[in-house]
Amino acid sequence: MKSLFNKTITAVVIASMVVLTSCIKDLDTIPIDPNVVTSGTVYKDFANYKLVLAKCYAGLVLTGQQGPSGNADLSGLDEGFSQYMRELFYVQELTTDEAIIGWNDGSLRDYQEMDWSSANEFIAVMYSRIFYQITLCNEFISQTTESKVNGYGFTADQKAEIAKYRLEARFLRALSYYHAIDMFGNVPFVTEKDGVGSYLPKQITRPELFTYIETELKDIEGTLPAPGTNEYGRVDQAAAWMLLARLYLNSEVYGGGNHYNDVVTYVNKVISSNVFSLANTYTQMFMADNDQNYKAKGIIFAIPHDGKNIQTWGGTTFLIHASMVGTMNVADYGITSAWSGLRIKPSLVALFPDPADKRGQPLFYTSGQTLDITDMFTATNGYGSKKWSNMKSTGVAGSDPTYTDTDWPLFRLADAYLMYAEAYVRGATSATQANAVNYVNLVREKAYGGATGDITPADLTKPFILAERGREFWWEGYRRTDLIRFGLFTGGTYVWQWKGGAFAGVATDSRFNLLPIPDADRSANPNLTQNDGY
Amino acid sequence: MEKFLKKRLFIVALCIMMSSVVFGQQVKVSGTITDASDGSALPGVNVVVKGTLTGTITDLNGAYSISAKPTDVLVFSFIGYIPQEITVGDQTKINVALKIETTKLDEVVVIGYGTIRKADATGSVKSVDLEHFNPGVVASPQDMIVGKMAGVQVVSGGGQPGASSTIRIRSGASLNASNDPLIVIDGVAVDNTGVSGMSNALSTINPNDIENYTVLKDASATAIYGSRASNGVIIITTKKGASGKNFTVSYNGNVSYSTPIKYTDVLSADEFKTFLNEKFPGNATLSLIGPYNTNWQKQIFKSVASHDHNLNFSGGVKNLPYRLSAGYTDQNGILKGGDMKRVTGAISLTPSLLNDHLKFDINAKGTHVDNTFANEGAIGAAISMDPTQPVYDYSSDYAGGFFFWRNANLTPNTLATSNPVSLLDLYHSTSKVNRLLGNIQTEYKVHWLPDLKIKLNLGLDRSNSDGIVTNVFNAPINYAAYTGLGKYEHYTQGRSNELLDFLLNYDKTIAGKHRLSLLGGYSWQHFRWWDKDLDTTGDGTKLISSTSHDTEYFLVSFFGRLNYVYNDKYSFTATLRDDGSSHFAKSNRWGLFPSAAFAWTISKEPFFNAGVVNNLKLRLGYGKTGQQDVAGDNYPYQGLYTYNTTGAYYQFGNAYYQTLRPSGYDVNIRWESTATYNVGFDYGLLNDRITGDIDAYYKYTTDLINNIPVPAGTNLSNYINTNVGNMENRGIELSINGKIITKKDLYWEVGFNATYQTSKIKKLLKVEDPNYDGVPKGGISGGVGNNIQIHSEGYAPYSFYVYQQVYDSNGKPIDGLYVDRNKDGGITSDDKYRFHSSAPDWFMGFSSMLKYKAWDFNINGRISLGNYVYNNIASNNGWYGYMVNTGYLTNTTKSMLDTQFSKAQYFSDYYIENASFLKIDNVSLGYNFKNVLNKLNLRAYLTCQNLLTVTKYSGLDPEVFNGIDNNLYPRPRIFMLGLSVTL
Repeated sequence: MKSLFNKTITAVVIASMVVLTSCIKDLDTIPIDPNVVTSGTVYKDFANYKLVLAKCYAGLVLTGQQGPSGNADLSGLDEGFSQYMRELFYVQELTTDEAIIGWNDGSLRDYQEMDWSSANEFIAVMYSRIFYQITLCNEFISQTTESKVNGYGFTADQKAEIAKYRLEARFLRALSYYHAIDMFGNVPFVTEKDGVGSYLPKQITRPELFTYIETELKDIEGTLPAPGTNEYGRVDQAAAWMLLARLYLNSEVYGGGNHYNDVVTYVNKVISSNVFSLANTYTQMFMADNDQNYKAKGIIFAIPHDGKNIQTWGGTTFLIHASMVGTMNVADYGITSAWSGLRIKPSLVALFPDPADKRGQPLFYTSGQTLDITDMFTATNGYGSKKWSNMKSTGVAGSDPTYTDTDWPLFRLADAYLMYAEAYVRGATSATQANAVNYVNLVREKAYGGATGDITPADLTKPFILAERGREFWWEGYRRTDLIRFGLFTGGTYVWQWKGGAFAGVATDSRFNLLPIPDADRSANPNLTQNDGY
Repeated sequence: MEKFLKKRLFIVALCIMMSSVVFGQQVKVSGTITDASDGSALPGVNVVVKGTLTGTITDLNGAYSISAKPTDVLVFSFIGYIPQEITVGDQTKINVALKIETTKLDEVVVIGYGTIRKADATGSVKSVDLEHFNPGVVASPQDMIVGKMAGVQVVSGGGQPGASSTIRIRSGASLNASNDPLIVIDGVAVDNTGVSGMSNALSTINPNDIENYTVLKDASATAIYGSRASNGVIIITTKKGASGKNFTVSYNGNVSYSTPIKYTDVLSADEFKTFLNEKFPGNATLSLIGPYNTNWQKQIFKSVASHDHNLNFSGGVKNLPYRLSAGYTDQNGILKGGDMKRVTGAISLTPSLLNDHLKFDINAKGTHVDNTFANEGAIGAAISMDPTQPVYDYSSDYAGGFFFWRNANLTPNTLATSNPVSLLDLYHSTSKVNRLLGNIQTEYKVHWLPDLKIKLNLGLDRSNSDGIVTNVFNAPINYAAYTGLGKYEHYTQGRSNELLDFLLNYDKTIAGKHRLSLLGGYSWQHFRWWDKDLDTTGDGTKLISSTSHDTEYFLVSFFGRLNYVYNDKYSFTATLRDDGSSHFAKSNRWGLFPSAAFAWTISKEPFFNAGVVNNLKLRLGYGKTGQQDVAGDNYPYQGLYTYNTTGAYYQFGNAYYQTLRPSGYDVNIRWESTATYNVGFDYGLLNDRITGDIDAYYKYTTDLINNIPVPAGTNLSNYINTNVGNMENRGIELSINGKIITKKDLYWEVGFNATYQTSKIKKLLKVEDPNYDGVPKGGISGGVGNNIQIHSEGYAPYSFYVYQQVYDSNGKPIDGLYVDRNKDGGITSDDKYRFHSSAPDWFMGFSSMLKYKAWDFNINGRISLGNYVYNNIASNNGWYGYMVNTGYLTNTTKSMLDTQFSKAQYFSDYYIENASFLKIDNVSLGYNFKNVLNKLNLRAYLTCQNLLTVTKYSGLDPEVFNGIDNNLYPRPRIFMLGLSVTL
């Protein structure tokens, strides 16, 4: 009995030793969640490439892997605030003569008072979002090199498809670098060759970055799908041409020299492709069904939103809800609640003396609202905007009362026309006056519903171009860049309410033409030198 | 002489035994029991015939009388005295002098993977037993030790039924990783994170089943737990049956009455009307002022009754000691609608076979909890809701006929404050939680080498929850989001924790002077948790979101301990643990955690002159412990791609595509490690009438697992979990326990402990940057993304980061005026400064236990000094600028009348208040009825919890763990009447 027992004990001990060895192998875990794939297996399946590319695109509209929030891409600030276009709108519009917001959230007011510092959390999250997008694209680009893809045994068609995806990822990276050069100027520089890990990227100067973006876009513009031939929500040659034109238009600001002839070259490609035509009704470009017939609405590339499938607290959901102020009836805009945030500055109202311009006065909500913004936090100070809406052109509300269907047009044909005119005014030798005037009038005739608003060659001046861009693109995220190009963003030549922190507006320092490199990144990466003045 | 006496006694005893065999008849035994120290009579002493239910107690003169057979053994016992057993024999008069119980030589303390003689212990180990637990604890076991131990802070999360608590041992050693201590219940290291739908992982344990809490504080005690020991270890031992004991049944139950203590000061309806008319004369919105006078807080809080019942059976059948218990608790919350119903059952079997060579310790605890959670959003709404509006408005078309603020088109205005009562009534949140925690410990004492014990411990802890949250179909709160369809949420969660420990234990005493104890062990643990959450509109027609997760990790460890004691004077302990965690890549996977400690019982030295001091022991310890918990991420070193869930697709053409996101990771992530130095003294004065200890420690943590910004462009997120930063904690702990009076009918024991502790972040970045402010922490209510605290180098973690308020000549704060601290002419974020933190400099606990005859009276309380609280309720509700809005009015706190702030001044240091406090946590009065109906022992008691708080803090309760007072569920005052019956 006793010996049997001892034997049993010995057996138990031996068994334990065997268990023990196998237990150490337990430490080699891989995720058991079916929603998670390891980087080692994800690229073996052809179907996954399109899903990773989809994430690169989704970086422009979503903030995480669950809509409208949850499983966020970025941390450190409220997830809804971290949405790409919402942050971009803050930078490009709140800082200018077009928009004011009534929320006392953290340092948000610094934008409209033009007195931000390098500690500003909104600037930090814009910066993080831009570089997150760049890293995301870098990851995909580095995983789709020819040599890597060849190793998986895909068919020739599949390989060609992957190569196409890769071009689009390169475009998206260039787009984010374009935002980086425009807002921050001199930034850390990383490409797909750097990989993911712990290292300190070098800083690139603004002119060097200009050259990089230019080279990248020129390298891909020939091989991207022809204008209008790619799926909706994906970019094509026209998008690349528009981005190149925009880069060239601002190249003097970016330290790239005079490139106005190049502006003309690329907008001409867009115009002559004859794929897109101007929208007959201005507001149709900002409604819930703006993806329907988008080419006929002059939309070259828009960031898709969808009430059911693409939900975010940023994008047009933010834009439309925040636009609801005072006694505006939310149901008229296809939603059910008002965020009481955004109002129009009087300086934007002043761009529309003519009530016949359908882009202006008819889109202002004035009932119960004052023109002046004596208190930036009072939602009834400043006119409300009816421009963005979640109603369809058919008069029906979007698919969801909270998350809007309205896509955010990033490149519009009207911009090609106005860039042409501006390049002409700025001395592009390859542009003609006749074309320039004609293009401006094409745009204005849609706004006026006829030729009553047409201009003459004498009207074609720099101030006119700036004002016209304000009228055409207000609250679309263009304004700061335009004001800087015209030398009016900082300084005292042109002031608007709350510029510099005073009601009537005061002169500001020229350092604000660039945003500062956020403190957090300068602490993480000692290679970075702060922009002048901060 | 002594020998002679013993011999005689032996002979006498022999005769008695023989005679008893012959006669076996009952004789009457009587006598007097006295206190050995002064010879005074002891009334109330238990006199029981061993192994029977026959017993009596001594009268006022210490006299007793009992019938017994000569073979019987009489047991004389009295609390605070050493029990004595005397065989009756031929005696008819047995007088006994009971000795006061001092520290027993063989008293053992629980340590990691075993026990040790208290005298031999080298580490800083404190325990609290049954008799010293806080009374009246029903739902949250951790409340039993609040204020009981120096260096141990237990702060409840609020007054909810079964509220969770934050436990900190010697403040936290980690910054971003969990600072929760490791909790070991009957040998099973449990997962600290609870399942959702259960407010607290510990609340599934019935406090009535707990026998002892032992807290391991310094590294020499904790290092045997290696990678999970940096924040201390709490070992919970539950009650067991004892061999040879008779079958005992006991019942312990109580009824209690919880009542709100006070309410947040807000403007009354009259004050509200008067203020608005003065401040906003002629404003059209003032026409919304109603004729009612509603105290919204009184509408949502109520006094409630709760009850709790426990039944225990214990005893020993031959070699099978057992204990069975069952409990039922129904605890109601003071916020209307919330309650917790809990059923618990526990079995403990400790059989012993093969002549005690083979022992089993089998434990199983099962719990089922039915929770109903009240909507705590109502607490904040009750502060800001307009007091001139009614609760009900039957003209409304929305559920329940509640008053609500409407838009112009009569739909609910979702920006306005929701009717607090509707928040409670139109919201239903319930959950069912099950938990099974059990283990089988097998110990085999080797036949041919009895000094060697082989132990195998197999444990399992499984819990699951199933919860449903319903927002009634047209509740105004979510009217907008779900177009009046309401919301239905169904979640399930599970947790599983499997454990295998294999231990070899060798104990040997050599030549009487060398006592050696060796432990070698291997441990394997597997944690897994999963959840599913499905949200739809209330009618089920529309999917809102659907998520699920499933994740696991493993720990494998080897460890050993050497304990050597020489001549009962010098003790030496060394431990070593090698821990492997699946959290880290192969190259960083294993961490080695050593410790060494030395103790010297100075009072046993011949040169020691035992005067007032009868016991003095010095303890020195050093050890390294770790932290492997990476804030919920079980694969932080792996590059992973995650699919999207609902609402996060992307449109290509007319189709919506799933997305696959690569996540950020750090291949090099590894352990966080903490070095702890500890010096301590244990002392006993006046023959151990006064005992206690003093400890001083220094902890230095390096390679903090921290969530920090990555250099932009280098990783797939802006923040990443990585090892960066150092932190130091230091502290002094002191405890003193005195048995002041140990007279026959009067016993008075008092205890006091005090802790001084401070923490400082020493390093936060990989690269030095003197301009770096730090990591913002501590989100507040008000604005979005506003943080009030910061982690900065050179400061305590979670320091408040605020503007310095400017005051006028009357001492009133000036609206929006701050000190330009950097003198650059403007107020920017650079003018913020670090101002105190929520961690107290000093905290203390005190207790008094008084027994007079059959009465007992206990008081327990705490003092906290130097803890600051951000009064977020006042900062968010104490300004008048938001009272008048488009279509609705909002109430403010009374602090607005003092400050007259027109705008929210969230970052003013005006709101950082000194929240030092003194609390009397509980007072209890009990009476023992002995031998009721000759059979029962009965105790009735009355307890009051949260009796008194003395503080200068202006909010409801100064005790807020994270220092941000924002709609804390108020802790109620609880009156409890309880009854214990033992048969």
